Amino acid sequence: MKESAQRALDTSAARGATYADVRVIDIRQRYLSTKNGQAAQVRDSESLGLGIRVIADGSWGFASTCYLDVTSVDAVAAQAVEVARASALCRKREVMLAPEGKVVDRWEGECQIDPFSLPVSTCLDLMLRVDQELRRVQGITLAEASMDFRRVDQLFVSSEGSEIRQVKTQTGAGFVATSFSGDQIQRRSYPNSFGGQYQTRGYELVEELDLLKHAPRIAEEAAELHRCDQCPEGFFDIILGSSQVGLQIHESIGHPIELDRVLGDEANYAGMSFLTLDQPGRLQYGSPAINVVADATVAHGPGLGTFAYDDEGVPAQSTPIIQNGLFVGYLTSRESAAMTGRARSSGAMRAEAWNRIPLIRMTNVSLLPGNGTLEDLIADTGEGIYMETNRSWSIDDRRYNFQFGTEVGWEIRNGRKTRMLKNPSYGGITTEFWNACDAVCGPEDWVLWGTPNCGKGQPPQTMGTGHGASPVRIRKIHVGVAYQQ
Amino acid sequence: MNLSRQFADEIFSKVLKYSTAEETEASVTGTSYSLTRFANNTIHQNVAEEDIVLSIRAVSGQRTARTSTNRFDDASVRRACETALALAELQAPDPDLLPVPGPQTYRPVDRYDGETAELDPRSRAETVGRVIERAEHDGLTAAGAFSSGSVAHGLYTSRGLSVFHEESVSEFSVTMLGASSSGWAKRTGQRWRMLDIEDAANCAARKALESREPREVPAGKYTVILEPAALLDMFGFLLLDFGALAVDEQRSSLTGRLNQKVFGSNIHIADDVYHPLQGGAPFDGEGIPRERVELVKDGIVKNLVYSRQSARKHHVPATGHGFPLPNEYGEAPVNIVMKGGPHSHEAMIRSTSRGLLVTRLWYIREVDPYKKILTGMTRDGTFWIEDGEIKYGVKNLRFNASIIDLLNCVEMMSPSKRTAGEESIEMVVPAVKVLDFNFSSLTKF
Repeated sequence: MKESAQRALDTSAARGATYADVRVIDIRQRYLSTKNGQAAQVRDSESLGLGIRVIADGSWGFASTCYLDVTSVDAVAAQAVEVARASALCRKREVMLAPEGKVVDRWEGECQIDPFSLPVSTCLDLMLRVDQELRRVQGITLAEASMDFRRVDQLFVSSEGSEIRQVKTQTGAGFVATSFSGDQIQRRSYPNSFGGQYQTRGYELVEELDLLKHAPRIAEEAAELHRCDQCPEGFFDIILGSSQVGLQIHESIGHPIELDRVLGDEANYAGMSFLTLDQPGRLQYGSPAINVVADATVAHGPGLGTFAYDDEGVPAQSTPIIQNGLFVGYLTSRESAAMTGRARSSGAMRAEAWNRIPLIRMTNVSLLPGNGTLEDLIADTGEGIYMETNRSWSIDDRRYNFQFGTEVGWEIRNGRKTRMLKNPSYGGITTEFWNACDAVCGPEDWVLWGTPNCGKGQPPQTMGTGHGASPVRIRKIHVGVAYQQ
Repeated sequence: MNLSRQFADEIFSKVLKYSTAEETEASVTGTSYSLTRFANNTIHQNVAEEDIVLSIRAVSGQRTARTSTNRFDDASVRRACETALALAELQAPDPDLLPVPGPQTYRPVDRYDGETAELDPRSRAETVGRVIERAEHDGLTAAGAFSSGSVAHGLYTSRGLSVFHEESVSEFSVTMLGASSSGWAKRTGQRWRMLDIEDAANCAARKALESREPREVPAGKYTVILEPAALLDMFGFLLLDFGALAVDEQRSSLTGRLNQKVFGSNIHIADDVYHPLQGGAPFDGEGIPRERVELVKDGIVKNLVYSRQSARKHHVPATGHGFPLPNEYGEAPVNIVMKGGPHSHEAMIRSTSRGLLVTRLWYIREVDPYKKILTGMTRDGTFWIEDGEIKYGVKNLRFNASIIDLLNCVEMMSPSKRTAGEESIEMVVPAVKVLDFNFSSLTKF
């Protein structure tokens, strides 16, 4: 790895690059799934390659290759410089980077049980037992379980002298029970929908999830959804389960605080942001109960946004985003920090693989815990609706107007969870929503959720992000919007 | 230079040498791709990539598994073969698993343009420069992407199937931004000179200029003209539902609706990889030749698509729409051609007394999987129509609408054209004028 990376740096310098960084990445993945009593997917993959990003003639260029022989490395470095020179044909300003110190380091993320050394049969056996439990419940028409493992071994070197080796292992697992009847398809998932829970850890995460224990309850709930009432339409106090809060944070806080969106870099595709540069220190984003950080440090936990250094070699940081409801900070890169007069990047540049450039991405954007348990909050609420596990999510391209649906809801009456409700949904405007949030549950209900499928960029990149969240209460929000005619 | 047939053949020879599985399938996919991205009237990202991926599927005793690698030395290929076989042998036998297919006969398609495949970064930058000049002429800000390259794909089995497809690709999309408005256009094709980038830039600029100072219209049901990209991104949510396995597993909105009238009588939809405006290889993930399939005729769901496995179960021929095995989803149509109508864009507007024109949709998600209710937002050019004329731009709205209901309310259609959105695959679809499209709320811009 090191020889190829250094050679690419040397070649780019000889060709006229004034800055270069190289990432050589070896990625290994394993995806396993079961469906209705059979293995559905059993798939292993590996991908090795080198990507070099340069500044030449004051503009960016990037090229990547799967070949690491000397000739190919020289060619790809020269190509990156040629691409940068082409960029300079439409240059309005020279690229400037916020300063960053040279780093030489090695870091390996938490992984107690290596999922790649574990027999595949152990994983399949557990999933098939879960599958069996799900299908034991009458009305379940489709039982699915999955496990997803990814190890990234990355070397970063830069023309500023940094040399950083990082190894991360990510694990995800979950299951879903589907029930078709009449004119309805209902689903329940555990521990979350769309693949389950993901963290930067080993197989110990799967063991902690205790999938088998939860299978009967989840299957019963999926079947029961056909027998329960439709979630009403109107304005209600709601309580959201922590995984749903995690996605709400992702969409209505995490994306708008990406400074490249604010500056217009994503105007054609992922969209922009309502958080214009005059907002920090002025915008009351939420109620005083809302405190949010973007925290990539190990101390925050093993989230999908946990690392030691970002893909520009900037050390992991904890950045205040919202303090007592006041908006205070963005996710930044070295370039966007320099453009907006910041002394330093917040360390949020991340690339999906060796063949993609780093972009500003969420790290672990988390809502800090408040006080009390979920049971306390339900008891305190009196009348309302409790909603759990995301089913659909959508938000406009500047991140104001959102709508979410969840798999299940329960009516809260007299401070108690009562009848089940199907097809719950709610919608609103981002800042109105967070300002209507008057209670955040405490650390006992706080979970660092993983969102493994965040899309951004052209060509598209998928990134894993972390979101610590505990249940919250929102006062008088519009419920039932998805089915309102 | 992308993957050649000769190199793909050599890699498969190596796979055959090292695989000890009863049966082996290998696919070799080469990508040579570059993309120039611009925003704020400058090129801010500019990338190039070369990659070749070998994917091996081993079959042993009615069991199968897949591994992939982008390393082609003997030791790596041998390891990949051994891993695929070891993963397969860990499983219980699948009684429905079929042997790998043998030689097939394919209808040729010519989808390669050398100039597009090899287009250099300077040519892309010069083209982007002209788009930026166009934006600056009207005081607008341009953002977008211009990509070019090629994809090559060889598929082989130990029973003698051998097929290779190479296709050039190009794509241009642009968003023109004014102080209070925006407009968007996108073009894709196998030949970059056919994209008519100047026309796309003019279209996006015109929409941005005409939607300045947008006004609010209240939520409610409106007559709406959906431009082709807006229809495409909604229709994409039906693709998997046309798969036979999805219907068998009761996860499709077409469950129990085969041979029933699900859509309006004026809806006719086929899957046709051979259509001159379509793209892609003439074979599926198992190497089975793709057939033209009439999916919807006169609003009636006439056919589903079938992988080999689904076809055997239903005693029908495979249609060539299977995904690479093993997979959870079975099959889906991926070359949609919807029959259009005779009406021009202008005629649809002239015929509308009160309604909305929608350029594109954004962040569409499924709210209800059987009723096929979708939600999403309008974006980059939404207009109020009154008395047959576009009057002004409007602030963006959120919809909650069923794509099935929508295709029962199509009053007028334009001729179909090759179309690209941002949330589904390319299709050949018309613009449609629909009645009673449900907008549930609006946003602030």
